[in-house]
Amino acid sequence: MDILTCHERMLTIRCFEEAVERLFHEGRIGGTAHTCIGQEAVAVGAAAALQPQDAITSTHRGHGHFLALGADPGRLMAELFGRATGYSGGRGGSQMMMDTPRGFYGANGITGGSIPFAAGLALDAKMRATGRVALCFFGDGASNQGVFHETLNLATLWKLPVVFLCENNGYAMSTAAKRGLSNPHVVERATAYGMASAHADGNDLLAVKQAVADALQHARGGQGPVLLECRTYRLSGHSRGDKREYRHANEESEAWQREPIRQLEAYLKAQKLADDAALSARHDAARVRIEAAIRFAETSPLPDPASVTEGVYA
Amino acid sequence: MRTVTYTQLLRETLGAALRRDPRVFLMGEDIGVYGGAFGVTRGLVKEFGTERVRDTPISEQALVGTAIGAAAAGSRPVVEIMFMDFITLAVDQLVNMAAKLHYIYGVPCPLIVRTPNGGGRGYGATHSQSLERLFAGVPGIQIAAPATALDASALLQTALLGSNPVLFLEHKLLYPMRWEVPEGLPAPQPFGKARIAREGSQVTIVAWSGMVPQAERAAGALAAEGIHAEVIDLRTLAPLDTGTVVASVRKTGRVLVVEEGPRTGGFAAEVACRVFEAAYDCLDAPIRRLACPDCPLPAAKMLEASCIPNAETIAREVREIMAK
Repeated sequence: MDILTCHERMLTIRCFEEAVERLFHEGRIGGTAHTCIGQEAVAVGAAAALQPQDAITSTHRGHGHFLALGADPGRLMAELFGRATGYSGGRGGSQMMMDTPRGFYGANGITGGSIPFAAGLALDAKMRATGRVALCFFGDGASNQGVFHETLNLATLWKLPVVFLCENNGYAMSTAAKRGLSNPHVVERATAYGMASAHADGNDLLAVKQAVADALQHARGGQGPVLLECRTYRLSGHSRGDKREYRHANEESEAWQREPIRQLEAYLKAQKLADDAALSARHDAARVRIEAAIRFAETSPLPDPASVTEGVYA
Repeated sequence: MRTVTYTQLLRETLGAALRRDPRVFLMGEDIGVYGGAFGVTRGLVKEFGTERVRDTPISEQALVGTAIGAAAAGSRPVVEIMFMDFITLAVDQLVNMAAKLHYIYGVPCPLIVRTPNGGGRGYGATHSQSLERLFAGVPGIQIAAPATALDASALLQTALLGSNPVLFLEHKLLYPMRWEVPEGLPAPQPFGKARIAREGSQVTIVAWSGMVPQAERAAGALAAEGIHAEVIDLRTLAPLDTGTVVASVRKTGRVLVVEEGPRTGGFAAEVACRVFEAAYDCLDAPIRRLACPDCPLPAAKMLEASCIPNAETIAREVREIMAK
């Protein structure tokens, strides 16, 4: 994925997530959703480093990961609208979608729930020699789940081709990382398991892409898993209704100064890859894409309640 | 004909699957050289190697979760959980992931979790439970509870050919039991089809897993007294063959449901309710349940025995039903 495509996908994610917050506010969608405004560089930088046979697992905050892989924003939005055309036909909602042909093995509503699943994708890849690496997104909060530790041990023991990417956005819901982690450096947990590790600035697209590419190469080469920590910041609330009273007054405005799209655009201009007019046109195009996605979702048919018990078993 | 144990036929079935399908592999704690706590996989690592008969760390949640991921990607893992009590450590992965993969995401999950359930060995409150009730209320998980060696093989083969998560109960007391069976492996048997273990006309006894041989012994003793009990072995709890149970009760008018596990919130209540919904007009006596009392299962032999239903207590219960 070239850098301009990366920029385009980051804008798609940003516009999508801003639209989701607006649609909730307007009461046009219901249920719950967790947006990832400010975290776009992690999702897109990682996606840019993947090979076509690779797979990712996502989290409850998964729209960005899915869109970074090239998901159709219309079908994703349709899932949030509870429509039959959504990726899960309305059964999953924001937190439960997969698109396995695209290598997207799921957002998941259980914090840390996808961590062993990713190791399983890697075990399958290793046993059947498919050349696939599994990339597992999780957050600082999930690193406190027991299954995280169980899986790191097991994956290292079996030298599984899996990269565990901690998207450390500073908060587990309202609990700041410094209040939830005895050691705030998630990456240092790799040491306990003898696992390779690295970290990168999660707001720097190119740094993320390079770090993920290196980690994938390590895992693909049979050297075992890698724990990678990318620090970023969640500019949105945890979910709808989050008043963010747990943050300092200036915290968000300071974080906006370091947000990833602004950083990437400074780079694009410095490299003469885009000027202000071109960037402005790209922002407009992203908004148009998302407006089209909303139209598609809103005009899509509702699922048929008569089918609600179908497919419980394969 | 030949004589086999439940353990032996399970092992032969697993071996045949490993030979037939390269996507099948086994994983669990101490299943390799040790052969599993009850010896079911003994010797398989020699033929199939440590990749396909895979010892795991003591990490039930991670190993079940890993198996689920591998299943979603196309492998066919067969997990052994050493004692059913330990499955509590993996409940999140089974309930929130395996059970929902097909319904929500459209992704099949051909996962088998084999586990020894039940008491009778004095292993105490955390090595003796029958926790199928925890999963019977979770749509998306199938539950097999075979009571004979032939059914263990036949149902395991069906699970191995299927595309769904299957919780496969192997009662500890069944492992060493011996059966006369034909050479080779039996044909696969469909899930959701109960077996009439013994025909009778006056009262129906419904059981599954380790309670079936006890019910059969009770029926034998009762026959000598002139009470002809029909014993129904459910074989699978999900799907549940309500039809066979109801047809039997329509014939006999009396029913006892036997469960190993505490009485309250048990699966016997589900069976009893279904019978009542479908055949209350045929009942000549109230439906009865026989189960463990509502306490953890103690270790001391006589205390444990005082809790778990057996042939004598089943027979006593049936006599009371007949007296109504």
